[in-house]
Amino acid sequence: MFDPSRVVLVIDHTGPSPSRSISNIHRKMREYARRWGCHFKDVGYGICHQILFEEFVEPWTVVVGADSHTCTHGALGAFATGMGSTDVAVAMAYGRTWLRVPESVRIELSGGLTWPVMSKDVILQVIGELGASGATYMALEFTGDGVENMTVSSRLTMTNMAIEAGGKTGLCPLDDRALSLLEELRGKRYKPLTPDPDAEYADELHVDLSEVEPMVAAPHEVDNVKPIEEVEGVEVDQVFIGSCTNGRVEDLEAAARILKGRRVADGVRMIVQPASRRVLREAVRRGLVETFLRAGAVVNPPGCGPCVGRHLGVLADGEVCISTQNRNFRGRMGNPNAEIYLASPATAAASALTGCITDPRGFVE
Amino acid sequence: MRFRGRVWKLGDDVNTDLIISGRYKYDITDMKELSKHAFEDVRPELPSLVKPGDIIVAGRNFGCGSSREHAPRVIKALGVSVVVAESFARIFYRNAVNIGLPVVECRNITGFVEEGDIVSVDLEKGVIENETRGGLLRVRPMPRFILDILREGGIVNYVKRRGGLEVG
Repeated sequence: MFDPSRVVLVIDHTGPSPSRSISNIHRKMREYARRWGCHFKDVGYGICHQILFEEFVEPWTVVVGADSHTCTHGALGAFATGMGSTDVAVAMAYGRTWLRVPESVRIELSGGLTWPVMSKDVILQVIGELGASGATYMALEFTGDGVENMTVSSRLTMTNMAIEAGGKTGLCPLDDRALSLLEELRGKRYKPLTPDPDAEYADELHVDLSEVEPMVAAPHEVDNVKPIEEVEGVEVDQVFIGSCTNGRVEDLEAAARILKGRRVADGVRMIVQPASRRVLREAVRRGLVETFLRAGAVVNPPGCGPCVGRHLGVLADGEVCISTQNRNFRGRMGNPNAEIYLASPATAAASALTGCITDPRGFVE
Repeated sequence: MRFRGRVWKLGDDVNTDLIISGRYKYDITDMKELSKHAFEDVRPELPSLVKPGDIIVAGRNFGCGSSREHAPRVIKALGVSVVVAESFARIFYRNAVNIGLPVVECRNITGFVEEGDIVSVDLEKGVIENETRGGLLRVRPMPRFILDILREGGIVNYVKRRGGLEVG
C-alpha cells in the first residue's frame, strides 16, 4: 500500500451484517485494514461518502473510491470519481491512476430555492433534461449565485448524483461558505477554487432556482423525471429517507419539519437512516429522532441500508417506495417486482403522511 | 486481438443492477455461480444459452449505474468474448478493461446485426464484420495502452509484470 494514511476502508453496505457470507466479507475487510494499518470505519459509523466529507477529503486533491457516488466530493473542490475495485486497488498499491481529462457541462444556477423545494429537486430536474447518459464521461460543473446561496450539504446532494447523468464527477466552486465549513472541519484554510473565466463547455444549462418545483423520478430510470403534479396520488407502501444523497442533518431536519406533530399514514412504513453516526448524534440533539419516532417511523443505524436492496427495508412484490436515494433501477431495493420513486426529503415526508405521493407545498405553514 | 462469435442483443441503458442484481453479489462470491444470475431481471434465460466466445451487442449507455466490478466479471464468466455497444457508461468501460473483458464502442452496431448473427471483431484494426449478412463497420482502433491491458488479461497482471502503472 503506497500510503495507509491516505486509504480509508468503510463498511457501509449491509452493516451490521444480515448473513453469514456478508459477515465473512466484513471480517476480511477488518483483517485487511489491521494488516495494512489504513483507516477503518466499522458498521454503524456511516456511509463512506459522508465520512470522507466529515473527516478526510481535502480540496485540490484527487479522490478515487470503489463506489460510483464518489463523485459527491466535487462539492468540496476535489476531483473525485468512482471506479471499480481493481481500479481502486491499483491506486491503493501505487498511488497512481489513469484518467482522461473530462469535458465539462456547465449548470448555471441562479436565485434561491423556496422551502420546501430542495436541491434534490434541482438535480432531478437537471438529470431529466440531460438524460441518463447526457453527460457520459463529463464533469457536471455547478456555477452561479444559485450555488453560493446553497449550503454545502445541498451541494453534496447535487454532486452526488452527477453519475446518474453518466458524469465522471460533479463540481462546485470553493467559495467562502465551503471554505469556512472546511476550516471548521479540518482546521485549515484552503485556497478558493473557481472556474477559469475562459473555460470551454461541451454544453450549458441554466436553472432559475426560484422556478424549480418538487420533482420526482418515476420507475425505473433516474432520468424519468416528472413534476410532482404528474405523479401525485400514487400510493406508497414504504418511504425511505436517507442515503449518501439525502441522509445529512439538513435532510432529516427538512423531513422532521413536515412530520412534526403528525403521524405517518396507516399501512405505510417510514424508514429514516442517518448517513453517519455524527449525523445521528446531531439528529438526536436537535430532537429530530424524537419527531420521527413520535410520527411512527423506524430509525435505522447509520449506513446505506435499503438503498442497496439487501436488508433493513427490502420491498415486497408489487410494492411502491418513495425514497430520497439516488437510484430507482428495477430491483434496486431488493425486488425486481417493486417500484421506486425518487424525491426530496420534504416530498418523501409529505408522502409518508398521506400514504401517496404528495406535494410538500401543501404542508408548509 | 480478434474474436468471432454468435450475437446476443440487448437494448439501451442496461444498467449494472440488470447485469447482476445487488441482491446476489454479497451472498455468491464465486463468479461462475454468480453468472447464473446475470441479466436475470431482463433476459433470465441468457446464462444458460450463452456459449463461450459469444458476443453481446447492446445499445446506448451499457453498464450505467453502480461501480460494481461484478458486472463485467459475470459477463466474462459466462464466456462472452467481447461486448460491442453503441456507448458505454464510463465506470463499466474501465472495469471491463481492468478485468480483461474487451469492450468496443460502435455507434451503429444495433442496426448492423441481429441476434444470432455470426460476427467477428478485430480490436487492433477496428473492424467489425457481420459474416451472416455481410457488411463491415469501422470503429476507432483501441488505444495501445488499453490493448496492452487486455492482452495481459487485466490491469492486475499488467502492473505486476511492469512493476507499476506508467501511462503515456
